[in-house]
Amino acid sequence: MAEEMRQLIPRAKQMLRGFFARIPSELRKIIPQIIAIILAFLVGAIVLQVTGYSPLEAYSALITGAFGDVFGIGQTFTQATPIIFTALAFLFAFKSGLFNIGAEGQLLVGGFAAALVGISFAGLPTLIHVPMALLAGAFTGGLWGFIPAILKIKLGAHEVITTMMLSYVAFYVTGYMVNYPYKAPGWVSQTVPIAPSAELPRILQPTQLSASIFIAVILVVLTYYTLQKTTLGYEVRAIGLNPAAAESGGINIKRGMILALVISGAMAGLGGAGEILGVHRRFIEGFSPGYGWDGLAVALVGGLNPVGVLIAAVLFGALRSGGMVMTRVTRVPLDIVSILQALVILFVAAPMLIKYLLRKGGIKWSSS
Amino acid sequence: MVEFLDIINVGLFAAAIRMATPIASAALGGIFSERAGIINIGLEGMMLTGAFAGVAASFFSGNPWLGVLAAILVGGLLGLLHALLTVKFVVDQVVSGTGINIFALGFTAYMSQVIWGSRGASESVNGLEVVPIPVLSDIPVIGNIIGSHTPLVYLIIIVTVLSYIVLFKTPIGLRIRAVGEHPAAADTAGIDVFRTKYLCVMVSGMLAGFGGVFLSLGHLHIFTWGMTGGRGFIALAAMIFGQWMPFGAFGASILFGFADALQMRLQALGLLPPQIILTIPYVLTIAVLAGVVRKARPPSNYKPYVKE
Repeated sequence: MAEEMRQLIPRAKQMLRGFFARIPSELRKIIPQIIAIILAFLVGAIVLQVTGYSPLEAYSALITGAFGDVFGIGQTFTQATPIIFTALAFLFAFKSGLFNIGAEGQLLVGGFAAALVGISFAGLPTLIHVPMALLAGAFTGGLWGFIPAILKIKLGAHEVITTMMLSYVAFYVTGYMVNYPYKAPGWVSQTVPIAPSAELPRILQPTQLSASIFIAVILVVLTYYTLQKTTLGYEVRAIGLNPAAAESGGINIKRGMILALVISGAMAGLGGAGEILGVHRRFIEGFSPGYGWDGLAVALVGGLNPVGVLIAAVLFGALRSGGMVMTRVTRVPLDIVSILQALVILFVAAPMLIKYLLRKGGIKWSSS
Repeated sequence: MVEFLDIINVGLFAAAIRMATPIASAALGGIFSERAGIINIGLEGMMLTGAFAGVAASFFSGNPWLGVLAAILVGGLLGLLHALLTVKFVVDQVVSGTGINIFALGFTAYMSQVIWGSRGASESVNGLEVVPIPVLSDIPVIGNIIGSHTPLVYLIIIVTVLSYIVLFKTPIGLRIRAVGEHPAAADTAGIDVFRTKYLCVMVSGMLAGFGGVFLSLGHLHIFTWGMTGGRGFIALAAMIFGQWMPFGAFGASILFGFADALQMRLQALGLLPPQIILTIPYVLTIAVLAGVVRKARPPSNYKPYVKE
């Protein structure tokens, strides 16, 4: 028996090797990402098992919840929408070498500004009101990105700490707004509904999927185009690759960094605006379950590539929408989703770890 | 105005010392890691996990000191993970730290529901009691401010002094700083660069865990969701403000601890909405970073070290 097992191992390795060899090279590039996701789910399964839940039941509830029917798919894309924005936000700043870990706060202030505009100018034509509210969201998010940018350029304050601190400030300031000056009557900390003229249409009733997803997809294309085909994109990438070389090459790196963080913040703010105008139709305290952090994970899983972001965002949207179904059906705490997310981040960021594990298994997945 | 002045009393300063302790502990952790050339953004998550582990261990054993031990242990483990990822597998240090932070927030909330059935807060457990220092606590004013705390407060003062001695007065400290400043040269001189980094980041995690358990067992005797509230990041700011020196970081921590204490008392006073008061520590952190950082120069070379 033991002998048979021992013979099986090399044969299994050989089969795996043959399997990997047949994968086209384009697809082979995303193998580390796929393995990272599988590894994350494996570790997550261990956590579930040890804490007395059935991983199989939990995961199957999650997957059926996220993709099992039209409603599930709609909710998955609903959840994916804000994540696309925050992922692009992280990505854009990252391309210039900056860590914007404050997308959560930028999303909140953007959402609140959009809500204010949505409430205020009732009676405007939708074609004017919606863009105005979206713009307000992008502008405020951009402002929230400008503060850490200017603090970094002028005073050298590290953006990882300041963007994080500003997220807390955003959380409490918007919390103040919906508990005091703009609180709607009643118990819930929220504003009154926005005017119908400011609503982004729902596109797949009865799910909450809204036209915000179109804006997200347009933003993916715009981001790709900006980074690859424009001078600004070239400058941003040059600064990210080697600031000293970029500067001696005549690029104004201060201007480039400020622009990158402002655009990054504006993207997250626009995402928040889309959530308010399309999904919630008012600002509710704590409406974001952590879309800012999802964005970071999605940007990394998407290989820091706008198109990759689009695919990875659907996956993380599925985690959120399927996760809610899973919690309802199996009583597994929803926070397993955050655990999975963190594990994906750690595994994706460690291609060397995955190579190491594959090597241990005797598999070579790329020539490098 | 009379009401406002009323909160500035001995109790406020005692609270400032109390609230400075977790920040100081994590800031010292930050120093150990950064002196060895590894940025530790994961301090926040290590603190939070420490806070949780302490309460869980005290809950199951009834002994808060086992809780302290568990917190240090768990912090050290997360430190080891951060070291493994950043040193061995050359993961970006900020990404690894952020991953650890997200993991900590999710894991502690998950376990909190598994153990206590509540995401928001744990059950109340045996915490650490205040131990007044004889003689010192009898001195008026000063005794009230520094003489009557849980033993962890006194411990962190000792740890601060020890950190200074280890880092700046011993050969070990010289090696650590050499590894941080110039790993290649340190390697040539026969220092085990990787082992030094591993050890320092583990110590960093242990100190962060210690700071975290102070928040849960030294103060409220419960664990609440995300209870560190960004203090790991504030600790990083304290470390920078203190120019990566133990005493400097300790002093900066007292400033942040004071802001924290003031914030709590202002809330109790009810003059301003709590949300506005709650922003004080974060705004102060940003202001401090903006005000002093220009002069602050990181002591280390944070590039991953690859052996030739």
